[in-house]
Amino acid sequence: MRSLPVLLMILCTLMLVGCPKKPTTVPESSGSTTEESAAGSGQGEGQVGDGSDLPGASGSTTGGPAGVTNIIYFDFDRSDIRPEYASLINSHAKHLASAGGAKIRVEGHTDERGSREYNIALAERRAQAVRRALMLQGAGDAQLTTVSYGEERPAVPGSNESAYEKNRRVELVYGR
Amino acid sequence: MILRALIVLIALTLPASQAGAQLTVQILRGMAESVPIAIVPLAWDAPGEMPWDVSATIHADLERSGRFRPLARTQMLELPRAASEVDAADWRMLKVDYVLVGRLSPLPDGRYEVRYELVSIANGQRLLGTAMPADRNALKLASHRISDAIYEKILGVRGAFATRIAYVAADGPTTKRSYRLIVTDVDGANERVVFASPEPIMSPAWSPDGRSLAYVSFHSGLAAIYVQTLRTGEQVRVSAKSGINGAPSFSPDGKQLALTLSRKDGNADVYVLTLATQELRRLTEDEAIDTEPAWAPDGRSIYFTSDRAGGPQVYNVGLGTGDRARRITFDGSYNARPRVSPDGRQIAVVTLDRGAYRIAAIDANGGGMRVLSGGQLDESPSIAPNGADIIYTTRDRGRDALAIVSSDGRIQQRISASAGEVREPAWSPYLN
Repeated sequence: MRSLPVLLMILCTLMLVGCPKKPTTVPESSGSTTEESAAGSGQGEGQVGDGSDLPGASGSTTGGPAGVTNIIYFDFDRSDIRPEYASLINSHAKHLASAGGAKIRVEGHTDERGSREYNIALAERRAQAVRRALMLQGAGDAQLTTVSYGEERPAVPGSNESAYEKNRRVELVYGR
Repeated sequence: MILRALIVLIALTLPASQAGAQLTVQILRGMAESVPIAIVPLAWDAPGEMPWDVSATIHADLERSGRFRPLARTQMLELPRAASEVDAADWRMLKVDYVLVGRLSPLPDGRYEVRYELVSIANGQRLLGTAMPADRNALKLASHRISDAIYEKILGVRGAFATRIAYVAADGPTTKRSYRLIVTDVDGANERVVFASPEPIMSPAWSPDGRSLAYVSFHSGLAAIYVQTLRTGEQVRVSAKSGINGAPSFSPDGKQLALTLSRKDGNADVYVLTLATQELRRLTEDEAIDTEPAWAPDGRSIYFTSDRAGGPQVYNVGLGTGDRARRITFDGSYNARPRVSPDGRQIAVVTLDRGAYRIAAIDANGGGMRVLSGGQLDESPSIAPNGADIIYTTRDRGRDALAIVSSDGRIQQRISASAGEVREPAWSPYLN
């Protein structure tokens, strides 16, 4: 059984042979913004195959508080956090506050309906709502990275309401 | 055991990831009054096989467009080689309005000469008469250019048979997808993988010279916008701010990129990036979502999607200082992802039509909405450079697939992919 992740790792690496050479980087203009460039941190294609996004990695709470799930679901076209998730968010925030070195990625998602880039913006809103809630409860800004996948990475396939409600979500992924 | 499994897996995976998704274009509904035309096989007098069947390519182009009804070769009573040999009475009997005749011959320098004439049967007039040289491997392109010329002569609009489509293909199970950005000729030939990644690729957009694509890739782990030169494969990262880097759209002069950023506050706004200097100008400043920018062809304003009035609607903002955004769409609760026709008069959008997401065209001032497509989850419209057709993403048996509808809604083409999901088509400009 242990061989399967290894196999996939090798395979992923091999599949990258077809990719163009490493992205050429244009320096960020320092005049127009003081924002730090989150994507320019030297992570390249080599990140693929570290196993963190293999099946099983998402939905687990590796590195998070024990026994607490890491997915927050949303209503259609909404980005407000439902009251039932207050204790989940509180547990993650407390965990982050007590483990200063811990980092999470707050990943926003939508269901497949509507325009793709509009959904990227919707999912970013959801991720930001969760980020703010975590910070209000004690997590540090530097511990949190948000990324919006819009409808690009559904949790489950299907074009029906039961699939849609599982795909409208924010996932908290530790260690990134 | 592991090694053997690995080899099998590679054998299964590599060919698929190097090839495209192999698109086949099929006409679903043509125009009732499509033009009857005969593409007579070009004469070939030299020894050996003809290096390329120019007439067959033209026949297929015109037929696929849905605007023409080319006569089958087997029904032709004679095969004239020049306009002077066309017997109008015979063709009239076959109810043909136009006849294309010509000759393919080798040139001393190793190239070929394609000589063709288009004859109107109604009045015997010679509408086109041209000779052009072409390399052996440029004969297919030459065929498409002849199709373009016929289309223009008869319909009054240049054909778009020598253009290309960029699109995103996604393969694999839901939780472990791989993504490829692919470019293909508009007839499905010459597919080529531009970029591949195990992380999502989105929103391809052509540069106005047709030499580069801008797109969003998550391969670094976060969203960033890249511009890739097709000929060399050189990929330049042009935007990697924190938060959203999305929806790139080249200005008509190719020097600027409109795009969507959310920066630290997480709210999507439209910006204009000057590529040479990396200078960034914020175009919208609003609590709402502002995204999906598209340039007007005159380069003086930008259309975009905003939910500032509640749901998503299309707005237009001038690029002058102090210009205010103006709402364009008022029909229905959801109008998004505007794309502007080359003459600037029509906007293609995604609209929510009786519970279904469909492609619609509206006048540039917002009036006259016509729903053009009939799917449930249609999206990502992209207009051909001649304005005659719109390619978009639809659903076919639960998978993302591509389709084309004419701007007047009368002609529908389905594009089937050999495997996987295909989406976000972007029609190239004219390629010269």
